Amino acid sequence: MKGHPEDATELVVEALARPRVLLDLSPTRWDELLCRARNTRLLGRLSAELEALGLLDSLPRQAVGQIRAELTAAEENARMVRWEVNRISRALRDVSAPVILLKGAAYVLAGLPPAAGRLCSDIDIMVPKETLAEVESALLRHGYEAAKLDPYDQRYYRTWMHELPPLWHSERQTMVDVHHTILPESGRVRPDPRALIEAARPLRDGLFILAPPDMVLHSAAHLFQDGDLDGGLRDLVDLDLLFRHFGAGPAFWEGLVPRAIELSLARPLYYALRYCQVLLGCPVPVAVQQAVLVAEPSLPVRSFMDALTCRAVTPDGWDGPSFPTSSARFLLYVRSHWLRMPPWLLTRHLARKAMTRAYPAG
Amino acid sequence: MNVCELSPSEIRDRLGRGAFRLRVGPFVAQVRTRLSSVARSIGFFYGDYPLEGDSGIADFHVRLAPPIGLRHFYRPQVLFYLDGRSQFEPFPRRLAPPLFEWGLNWCISNRAHQYLIVHSAVVECSGRALLLPADPGSGKSTLTAGLVHRGFRLLSDEHSLIRPEDGRVVPIPRPIALKNESIAVIKGLGPELVFGPTFHDTEKGDVTHLRPFEDSVRRADDTAAPGFVVFPKFVRGGNHRLEPVAKAAAMMELVDNCINYGVLGSAGYRALARLVQESVCLALDFDDLPRALDELSSLLEGRA
Repeated sequence: MKGHPEDATELVVEALARPRVLLDLSPTRWDELLCRARNTRLLGRLSAELEALGLLDSLPRQAVGQIRAELTAAEENARMVRWEVNRISRALRDVSAPVILLKGAAYVLAGLPPAAGRLCSDIDIMVPKETLAEVESALLRHGYEAAKLDPYDQRYYRTWMHELPPLWHSERQTMVDVHHTILPESGRVRPDPRALIEAARPLRDGLFILAPPDMVLHSAAHLFQDGDLDGGLRDLVDLDLLFRHFGAGPAFWEGLVPRAIELSLARPLYYALRYCQVLLGCPVPVAVQQAVLVAEPSLPVRSFMDALTCRAVTPDGWDGPSFPTSSARFLLYVRSHWLRMPPWLLTRHLARKAMTRAYPAG
Repeated sequence: MNVCELSPSEIRDRLGRGAFRLRVGPFVAQVRTRLSSVARSIGFFYGDYPLEGDSGIADFHVRLAPPIGLRHFYRPQVLFYLDGRSQFEPFPRRLAPPLFEWGLNWCISNRAHQYLIVHSAVVECSGRALLLPADPGSGKSTLTAGLVHRGFRLLSDEHSLIRPEDGRVVPIPRPIALKNESIAVIKGLGPELVFGPTFHDTEKGDVTHLRPFEDSVRRADDTAAPGFVVFPKFVRGGNHRLEPVAKAAAMMELVDNCINYGVLGSAGYRALARLVQESVCLALDFDDLPRALDELSSLLEGRA
């Protein structure tokens, strides 16, 4: 359990890439694999792979119970996502805006490879900013409630974020995030949401998904521009699957880097391609590897990001994250805030957060 | 090897190192803690439970540990970790032993979706299960303790695990949790029943646990067929009643008492429908415990 961090990542990655190796895995490694895969939200995916290969009957009994439980939970989650999307599209049927499904909801509804065994905690949609008020009031009329936030958080969301404060449906116990763009408005990188909406692909019932390059770029931006990398291995695996899936079709790879440049997302794309290659062996065409070098950061930044990312995505074991791993995550968290808002806003925001933490009631 | 074959200091040592893999029904819990109160409690309640070897697969990696910080000195607390993550707000340190029980219940409820889980006590006689599904406060644990005292095998005080593949009830014998007034009632039944300490002023009031009998623990692999579903309700000073419940009504009542009915989807529906079809379904309103136990005993022994 005290193994090298790369070893823990390797264990999970290898299991996903070559599930048959698990037939010879020792019980101790199984124990570690199940715990680490679960903690990085990849046990569902692994379970789906094992089931699809018909291997469940050949695995240790104590593993099979957990795998079956996870498959059941993942099926339920997909059912929840479909039903919630159905309810959302019903609530928004009189709204003229196109509704774009993002992330997990898009993967599930479009039947894309990351959907298998995936657990999504909420539904993310994107609508044009000018229809935000209309969309919000339609959802509020249909049983969603604004999450209870203090006035500061409300204002913070509405002024600076790329989404409304989360909307909660208490009867169905579900959460919807309504986005109007893909990165916070306070951030340094602000891709034009109109370009994303124009290129979106119709799915059905007035629902859309992002075009393949945009879907990948959104995922990359979410991970490397905005997110923290706690459990980030799942997000990298999603990216890797999308690269492989879309990359098998025509014109995806040729269009990817130009589109990234157009949307000011070449840097996150650079990182996504780099770490999918390094950690997951993603087959990125040489021409794309070269084209994305326009966004390559300087050597010190690159070394910093390499060290931190590979550390931060290490799946946690039962003894929790190691000190280097949590430090790497913390530094990347600071980085994402740095990218998210200008220094004056960051200072104010963090001061405010520190105050609320110290004096919760006030 | 069973837990009771270890000395108290060996138990403490193994728990401290996380080299303690407890088999509880169909699950294996790897437990890690340096808290001697928890080590004592586990030694006391789980003496008859088997330990797995060090190199096995655990369903739950559980840890109880104090939070980091200065509170340590003036108001000691304890956190429950599952797979390295803290799951609840901190509890007062004095409640660490029952927190282990509550935490393990929580693990089962949130993870064990390979089973349909009914929030229900369940005992067995001649291979047939009697389920007592009910909300807290309906006298479920009191009845269970009483039935166990009369010699019926405990399958669980909290979770009826229904295997969707064949509809059988899978035992998960654990200490029986008793609350408030029922503690004195059950303690009065006789000296064969062995209790742990009582914890006062918990969220649930006063709480104590009853040590499960060795026979229940040893037979934890013997599943049971559905037999009876009895919905108990303790009605102080009310009329005693044991009456049949229509199958459809029983089904709806069971749905309400399921922990993961929605998670299992159609498999959950089929498992529950089968349970209802294969069981005699009854409602029990009781105030007089001995009378209720008499009637349930006759039912289980096929004399009713």
